[in-house]
Amino acid sequence: MNTIFIIAGTVAIISSLMSITNRNAIHALLFLILSLLSISIIFYISGAPFIAALEVIVYAGAIMVLFIFVVMMLNIGQQEEFEHKWLKPGMWIVPGILATVLLVIFIYVLKEYHFEEKVTVVIGPKAVATSLFSSYLIAVELAAILLLAGIIGAYHLGRQRKKVIHRFLVRAPGKKQPSGSHEIKAN
Amino acid sequence: MEIQLLLAGILFLTGLAGFLVRRNIIFMLMSIEIMLNSAGLAFIIAGSHWMQTDGQVMFIFILTVSAAEVSVGLALILQMYHHYRTLDADAINKLRDSKDNENI
Repeated sequence: MNTIFIIAGTVAIISSLMSITNRNAIHALLFLILSLLSISIIFYISGAPFIAALEVIVYAGAIMVLFIFVVMMLNIGQQEEFEHKWLKPGMWIVPGILATVLLVIFIYVLKEYHFEEKVTVVIGPKAVATSLFSSYLIAVELAAILLLAGIIGAYHLGRQRKKVIHRFLVRAPGKKQPSGSHEIKAN
Repeated sequence: MEIQLLLAGILFLTGLAGFLVRRNIIFMLMSIEIMLNSAGLAFIIAGSHWMQTDGQVMFIFILTVSAAEVSVGLALILQMYHHYRTLDADAINKLRDSKDNENI
């Protein structure tokens, strides 16, 4: 179990790092999917098979497909120049050293505090569902309301609208129009 | 348990660093996903350590929040690209005072 955990965790960390440092959006998304899949392996070996399945289906299946859909719709390939200076390797030396110091301290603290070892117990979907629909029922309904708000918000924001600009605002001196594809009817 | 919490912390910091460093707004949204996922990982690990179902229940709620956030966020990104033709998060500064705008 420990070996599998170490391998999957290493894959998760490396692919997350590759995902946030990649320039190409599609490559970054593929690395992110890899990270989600390795985290799902970790969920499986720590006794949560239902959550592992949910992670693959919902995260790697649905949410990442949404991301890929938007990236392909916007036709983003190699990124523009606006963040090149942020991604130079030389900038990362001092923050990297400081973060490594903090990481060593973190490992030391976690090593000092000994948790008692327990055998991994599989908590199946039935127990989760019983808990979800008995003691967390109000939270389930709140989550439903949240999803409804998400649907309405996405629909409202995703609609293509004719933008109406008031005629006094059309030719304001020295102001550039927001560069959209809207045709402004001249009065 | 400690090494699993360490993994969750490292993943969260990775997402935080990505959120702070990248200016491309799609990458910022992806970093938020990494952070939410690592928080869910910590919940699952704690739930399996104390042999309770609450961790998995919380992960389901995190999943819900993440799905709602991604749908609204991607719709906002589409609108932003439609209006500004860029994905640079620093380009959206129309709310800033015009006096500050001249200094930049």
